[in-house]
Amino acid sequence: MRRKDRTYPILVGLFLLFSGAVFFTPRWFSFLLTVAVARSLVVLGVVLLMRAGLVSFGQGFFYCIGGYVAGFSSNAFGVTDAGAVVILAALGAVVAGAIVGLLLCNYRDIFFAMLTLALSMILYSVIVKNPALGGSDGFNVPPPTILGISPEAVDPRVSLPLFTFAVAFLLYALAHRYFLSGFGYAGLALRMNEIRLEYLSLSARALVFLKYILAGVLASVGGALIAYISGHVDPELAYWTTSGEFVFIALLGGTGHVLAPLAGGVVFEVIRSYAFDLAPSLWQMVLGVILLLMIIFMPEGLWSLTERFLERKRDEAAP
Amino acid sequence: MREPLVILLDGLVYSSWLFIVSAGLTLIYGVMRILNMAHGSLYAVGAYTAASVVGWYFASGYDPTLSYLVFFTCAAGAGVLAGLIIERGILRVVYGRDEVLVLLVTYAVLLILEDVIKLIWGVDAYFAYQPYAALGRTKILGIPFANYDLLLILLAAGTGALLWFGLNRTRQGKFLRAVIHDREVSEAMGINVTRLYTATFVIGSALAALGGAVTAPSLSVVPGIGVEVIVIAFAVVVTGGLGSIGGTLLGSLLIGLTRAAAVHLFPRGEVLVIFVIMAAVLAVRPEGIFARVKARKI
Repeated sequence: MRRKDRTYPILVGLFLLFSGAVFFTPRWFSFLLTVAVARSLVVLGVVLLMRAGLVSFGQGFFYCIGGYVAGFSSNAFGVTDAGAVVILAALGAVVAGAIVGLLLCNYRDIFFAMLTLALSMILYSVIVKNPALGGSDGFNVPPPTILGISPEAVDPRVSLPLFTFAVAFLLYALAHRYFLSGFGYAGLALRMNEIRLEYLSLSARALVFLKYILAGVLASVGGALIAYISGHVDPELAYWTTSGEFVFIALLGGTGHVLAPLAGGVVFEVIRSYAFDLAPSLWQMVLGVILLLMIIFMPEGLWSLTERFLERKRDEAAP
Repeated sequence: MREPLVILLDGLVYSSWLFIVSAGLTLIYGVMRILNMAHGSLYAVGAYTAASVVGWYFASGYDPTLSYLVFFTCAAGAGVLAGLIIERGILRVVYGRDEVLVLLVTYAVLLILEDVIKLIWGVDAYFAYQPYAALGRTKILGIPFANYDLLLILLAAGTGALLWFGLNRTRQGKFLRAVIHDREVSEAMGINVTRLYTATFVIGSALAALGGAVTAPSLSVVPGIGVEVIVIAFAVVVTGGLGSIGGTLLGSLLIGLTRAAAVHLFPRGEVLVIFVIMAAVLAVRPEGIFARVKARKI
């Protein structure tokens, strides 16, 4: 029996809930939530690729491009509206993704993972060695106007989270629609068996190319949002540990549903807060151990828990 | 005339280091189909061990000529130990899983090792310059070169020769080549693949640690030195063809010499040039210079 898809109402509900949190919870909490949501967009891109069997260890490449597009738009070109910048960041990702995608779409598995990693490290080293791009310190990004509303009129600590949530949940809804489309399902087929996919007259290379660009757009938009939220960009955005964190969150949440990255992102922020509190010098080890345990015992991620729960409920309903 | 010679020798030194580090990575991949992201951390383990041993050795005032043997051996030993723990403790559990999943497992190992290294050696920098200084310098066509660097070239050549001999002229090497060619058939023929896996991983780890040990005297050993290594080593092995020792040799030379040229002529592109070469080679030969022919499985 097909379960009724309630994803869109849930997305709207979550959007309202998160927006409410901006007004009714402490500042640090809504800040954490905003960061988690913006970063989960990048993870959504990782998940999109993972569903097609591809692991990108270099989403930091696009994350960084998005951040720097936001930074340069307001600092050098006078484009200070967040709405316009998000679109610019997406366009930047399309251009960059189309160029490097031509090389990458020939690769799968380990090659894909390591080449994306190498790519993000190239961007990192280019920025670090280039004082014109801010060098290793990066630069500050002033608060943007949001769809014409200036930061003086409405406190950006309120408007920015709301804008982030609106953009993120809109993209989540689109991604969900995409996952349910034929094109989205072709990704699952790509993971299963590429040759059979080609027998269906679908081009595996074109699919990888397009999915890579889509994932890049998500990462780039996430990067632009993070640039405004933190008010600063630096080459660390492209550093491979950043990309590694996105892969970690993707595995933590799972790839089963469009909401899995969001769940993973929120859990990740919670783990991070606790780990920094209890054992600041063992942060990476904590990540590593959790990653190992997840891969060995729960390879479908935290989201598989909800699936199991729903299945049990259904079994009880129809014995 | 001076500049080309300096570039050539610098390039050879850098290539030697690249070869020692990358050979382990490519060997492990060739046999086990595992791309070990923790390779860089094993490199760091070797560098730290060497730095500690050198510090202790020279503080005790023993004969400096023997120090090389001692700290190379200790570092390789640390690599063997770490490799054994990783392979038997963790990787064994995930054999047979997806290649990419195993890649993520080695990423987890990397994260854990980074903190273990900090726990053992702290976050302060270690210096082990004595072996570098003790050998002095030789003038080649009027340009002084550190003898230690020349020793490094010999060591890399020796490592390469030993690997070649081990793989092509010994019984175990023959088994290994059989496993590289087809794992299932060689298992059916009675080869103990599990034991060969352990041996391969341990040898690969020892090579990574040795790579760390040989560089320890020429730089300061600080947290995070292993992290860049894996990216560069990957570029080398991919350029040459993942899993091929000969390809790795060629890749090391190509990338080592070009990087040396970039350092002298165009310092800003030092890192970039490595990846430009990799991308250029891959654009022409998508699986690297010495790619293996693979059967398509439907």
